[in-house]
Amino acid sequence: MSTQERLHETCRRLLEEGTVQVVIGYAHTAPGEPAFPVFISDPADVGQLVWNRCCLANLTKYLLRQEIRALGKPAIFVKGCDERALVVLQRESQIDPAQMLSIGVACRGEESPRHAACAACDVRRPRFCDIMIDEVPDDPPPVAASSAAARYADLEIFLTKTPAERVAYWTEELSRCVKCYACRQACPLCYCQRCIADKNRPTSIDTSATLKGNFAWHITRAFHLAGRCVGCDQCTRACPAGIDLRLLNLSLARAAELQFAYRAGIDRQADPPIGTCSERDQESFIQ
Amino acid sequence: MSEPDAAGFEPKIIAYVCNWCTYLGADLAGTNRLQYPANVRIVRLPCTGRIDFNLVVKAFEIGADAVLISGCHPGDCHYTAGNYHARRRWMLFRELLDTLGIELDRVHFHWISAAEGRKFQQVMTEITEKTRQMGPYRAYREICQS
Repeated sequence: MSTQERLHETCRRLLEEGTVQVVIGYAHTAPGEPAFPVFISDPADVGQLVWNRCCLANLTKYLLRQEIRALGKPAIFVKGCDERALVVLQRESQIDPAQMLSIGVACRGEESPRHAACAACDVRRPRFCDIMIDEVPDDPPPVAASSAAARYADLEIFLTKTPAERVAYWTEELSRCVKCYACRQACPLCYCQRCIADKNRPTSIDTSATLKGNFAWHITRAFHLAGRCVGCDQCTRACPAGIDLRLLNLSLARAAELQFAYRAGIDRQADPPIGTCSERDQESFIQ
Repeated sequence: MSEPDAAGFEPKIIAYVCNWCTYLGADLAGTNRLQYPANVRIVRLPCTGRIDFNLVVKAFEIGADAVLISGCHPGDCHYTAGNYHARRRWMLFRELLDTLGIELDRVHFHWISAAEGRKFQQVMTEITEKTRQMGPYRAYREICQS
């Protein structure tokens, strides 16, 4: 039985038995196009579900949406990176694992072009899922991908630029931002009901899509995910201007890993660096 | 905003300080008649744990040449752990600023207690002199004016 058939059978059973009321999964679009999210409530519709290398979206975003919650108890498809988001959401009390079912699918990463985040991924196989489909990825992660050096290689290269060159780079990149907030909407961990960017009494972040507002926004977006970002890279994929937000996320992920030995969504028991504190933190910049 | 020429450059420094230690340190400097440069604009906040990173960005947006963040020494926080939380946040935030190319030399962190009026005076003088030598922070100002 193929992975696809097992997936259909499992979802049909879950819906028929009433274990869940809705399956959040992927549906086929045109060949090579990213699969779009689909919400299946009728067992007769499970044939729409697909699993292939075009299934890029992080569906965990939908778990917190009111209109999706109204559909009842969900079963959700998660790849390794999506599962990391689930771990963080659970840690932040945003989801109750008893009120949902996770269906893990081993992932081989985005195919062509090879996505940078997928190339350095070391969680291709979800670890904590209720149900696993496609147990063995036929394309195991390259050995190099499991090292911190591989994860942050692109950032290290970027940091060889001087600060002036970095400012110039970001000025160029962020000048293209149109403040559509697709990065925020796509992020599974940007779940505030009222985003600070939408608050105007007082205005923290300049609302216009000028460099001033764009810098303020992207600093805020990145830092609100400090020690939380799971590196699924949905923000960069969603950006219509093609801004590589991954570099900002990586800088904070690297800082969290090097300074606090913490990687978001990897260890379910570990304390996140922000929101907890320690007397033993070591730094050299406070005089 | 008119830009003073290099010879007449007076640094603008914004100091975000905690109510319980550094602000009282500043107060002590004042009551002891310890002179410190008038370039420093003090903003008093309840705790270093309350100092949002956005305030640092905001300071540069409105034309600060340097920012100081200061509060109680480790172990002295009025709210027990506010400064420990703040320290972690800055440990991460500095990395983000660095990646963006924002000059870390312009963001200063100090622990100054309520008894350290003299330290307050020294820190303010040092930061002002250092910023005077570095010159105005044009890079972020240009970003905000374009």
